[in-house]
Amino acid sequence: MNTHDEDRIRQLLKQTLAPAPDTGPSRDLWPSILRRLDARPSPPWFDWALAAGLALFIALFPTAIPLFLYYL
Amino acid sequence: MAGSVEIRPGPHSQEVLQAFRHGDQASFEMLFRLYQSAVHRWLLRIVRNSATAEDLTVETFWRIYRAHARFDPERGFEAWARTIATHVALDWLRAHKQETELPVDLAAQQRPDPGIAFEIREKTAAAFARLPPRLRVAALLSVVEELPHKEIAAALSISVAAVKLRVFRALRLLRKDLLKQGITP
Repeated sequence: MNTHDEDRIRQLLKQTLAPAPDTGPSRDLWPSILRRLDARPSPPWFDWALAAGLALFIALFPTAIPLFLYYL
Repeated sequence: MAGSVEIRPGPHSQEVLQAFRHGDQASFEMLFRLYQSAVHRWLLRIVRNSATAEDLTVETFWRIYRAHARFDPERGFEAWARTIATHVALDWLRAHKQETELPVDLAAQQRPDPGIAFEIREKTAAAFARLPPRLRVAALLSVVEELPHKEIAAALSISVAAVKLRVFRALRLLRKDLLKQGITP
């Protein structure tokens, strides 16, 4: 593509798409942000899986609790 | 805008920026009120749909809030917000690659050119929408919005030379697509 081709395709693009209008949002967006801020993030599934695994381990091998606490 | 509070940057700007950096929600709201229109306008330039730009403005400020600890007050809030907004818009364009439509009628209403048929403009817009998002955004901001390369480079977190290359590649691909359709630009 030479400079002439580039100029023509630029011109075509400019004639096809106008610059976006200089307008702001049509509504107050802060309530949407607040909803996100107020939503408490749930713990990731990995944390739950780890806690469940640990509880199962303690239930199956209660004698291992002192050893487990020693290595904590 | 309904419910908005007009806040002008004042002598306490640095204090507000520092407080935001430490996660203060009131400072975040102040910055949101101050910059939401600028961020929305920037997103509108990229996605070219007001409702989408509004949704992405919310997503941008949500990401901004989560990244508050990484904010550098020396760099300035608007430039940082613009960079995050650009990445949010790029993510959206990638996720909605097949659905993205560029409004041809917007151009037709504002800058009618009787020399170019509506069909050609429509095909050009469709071909442009098929470009990879990173090339499309660079070409939109440079050719259509006529923004300085330096400003585009900062928003895209790339060099000025990379912006020029992306614009060139976008125009070359666009020309190729149009030639395939029998349109000689």
